[in-house]
Amino acid sequence: MTDLISPDFVELDLSTDDRHTATRLLAERLFKAGRVTDLDGFLADVRAREEQMPTGLPGGIGIPHAKSAHVVAPTLAFGRSAAGIDFGADDGPAHLIFLIAAPAGGDSEHLQVLAALARRLINQEFKDALLSAPDAATVADIVAREVVPS
Amino acid sequence: MKFVAVSSCPTGIAHTYMAAEALEQAARAAGHEIVVETQGSAGLNRIPPETIAAADAVIFAADVEVRERARFDGKPLVDVGVKRAISAASDVIEEAERSAVAEPATVAAVGESATAPAAAESADGSTREETATTHAAPADAPGGASPPTKVTAGAGVGTRIRQWLMTGVSYMIPFVAAGGILIALGFMIGGYEITDTELSSVVDDFDVLSSTSWAALFFHVGAASFDFLVPILAGFIAFAIADRPGLAPGIVGGALAVAVDAGFLGGIVAGFVGGFLALWISRIRVGKALRGVMPVVVIPLVATAATGLVMLVLLGGPLSAAADGLEDWLTGLTGSNRILLGALLGLMMAFDMGGPVNKVAYTFATTGLAGAATASGSTSLTIMAAVMAAGMVPPLGLALATVVRKRLFTTAERENGRAAWLLGASFITEGAIPFAAADPLRVIPSIMAGSAVTGALVMGIGNELRAPHGGIWVTGLISQPLLYLLAVAAGAVVAAGCVMALKSLRRAPAMALA
Repeated sequence: MTDLISPDFVELDLSTDDRHTATRLLAERLFKAGRVTDLDGFLADVRAREEQMPTGLPGGIGIPHAKSAHVVAPTLAFGRSAAGIDFGADDGPAHLIFLIAAPAGGDSEHLQVLAALARRLINQEFKDALLSAPDAATVADIVAREVVPS
Repeated sequence: MKFVAVSSCPTGIAHTYMAAEALEQAARAAGHEIVVETQGSAGLNRIPPETIAAADAVIFAADVEVRERARFDGKPLVDVGVKRAISAASDVIEEAERSAVAEPATVAAVGESATAPAAAESADGSTREETATTHAAPADAPGGASPPTKVTAGAGVGTRIRQWLMTGVSYMIPFVAAGGILIALGFMIGGYEITDTELSSVVDDFDVLSSTSWAALFFHVGAASFDFLVPILAGFIAFAIADRPGLAPGIVGGALAVAVDAGFLGGIVAGFVGGFLALWISRIRVGKALRGVMPVVVIPLVATAATGLVMLVLLGGPLSAAADGLEDWLTGLTGSNRILLGALLGLMMAFDMGGPVNKVAYTFATTGLAGAATASGSTSLTIMAAVMAAGMVPPLGLALATVVRKRLFTTAERENGRAAWLLGASFITEGAIPFAAADPLRVIPSIMAGSAVTGALVMGIGNELRAPHGGIWVTGLISQPLLYLLAVAAGAVVAAGCVMALKSLRRAPAMALA
């Protein structure tokens, strides 16, 4: 099974304050690595979900995500922004951005890893660890260690 | 305590599981047991029936319809959006505690499902974005779950009043749309004289090849649908307040509001009176022998009778006297300033859209029309023109506003806005009722302003109209039709401008429809 994340999918300093640009920067990394087959198609799917209801959540996180036919395997791209990017949460901009890509036809076992990831997202220590991670490899390690499908 | 919960979200890969985790942590922290069923992409982990049976309360943290919802019937229910479960899980758990205490799970066949909405009140201000239902799922509903309401547990008084009104409005809208469009079709095909056809002529002499037959059919079916507007509005306001025991007093009270010509404002009164009576009676503690018949017999019986008394005696009498007084006063004004009279008639037409004030203005015009049948160039024909134009303005103005500033309106209102174009153009003022009932304090003054402008303009221009109804479908019978339409458009723009300004002052939350 492919890894949920690799250091290549991590952007520690997102140089934008626009959520769509941030999403695109992260998605480009997935596209380069072949996890996403059609960049614009995938972004359109993410955007469609985002328009149903913004994915910003209290505590400074944004979780743009989509189930998309253009996704090869369940994948997480991670971005950080010191200044914060508005993802529509009530309490302010997001500093941790998790772009979650789920394949459209994924069977349930396949998607367990994303369920486990989502459950970790509300854990404060997990978020603190990601906030203070010094480099991309550490981020990937934290995610690989913490996100274990039950 | 023991809770069970269901979480779900549109994509089913993120929020569903975050909410489950948050609820589990919050329940554990508060010393409760909880089992969460995640209805997401990774399948559905069904909660065992015995776990549900043992639960003290049910939490729905769901943004999409809960699957197999009937499994949870009869349990005290806290229904919140998935985001609220993530951001304020401990509040949600507290709400579940309170509703479990306020209303122990009903095991008996006849559920005492009346008390939850107010009982599960929480002190904290929950976010307005997440609408929630806190009524017990009735144990004895034959079809499973009861219809949704949009009542947030723990919201402020203003928000809850708005949500009660919105519940009534959302159930009324299909009747407005279906009835209004059918009536408009009737006018389009059959002309304004279609109102003269008898229902019996449709039953006895329907001719598939005759356009008049079809027009009469559409008109009468539409009119029948319109007869339900106020009862349905009142019934579902009462339903939102008191759950199912509120339905009978609300609907009957609404029908009585129609009978005493109290219009939709009377219907709103009926909804509140019926709802609170039912709620109040359902809170009275009764002996075990009576408990079984409370929800099905005693509450509807007493609440309906009492609502009827209020509507007929307390409201009907004074209302009828006031309408008579208003009529005399208006007749006395006939010789005065035309433009002021036009503005006044406009204000009246828009005030309650089919209610007593509107009826006085409309009857004033049609009575004049009958008197002016022989004479030409009389003011009566101009008054008729002004009244019709003013009556076209409210739906048109609101339809315009829903297009220009979508965000100020709920999804249901925007949908209604589409039908409102046709209804306004056909002089079916009722097309504006859903907007006015949902937000009377902002909408009614706005449309009154628009209609007053149009009424004054038409009186100033001096258009004449010989038909008592028909909207743009009788343009051929109006003198200076272009100026006439311009006057209508001007009023619609004024109404739209006012309503957008008033709604922007305090932006009402756009509530997604369940």
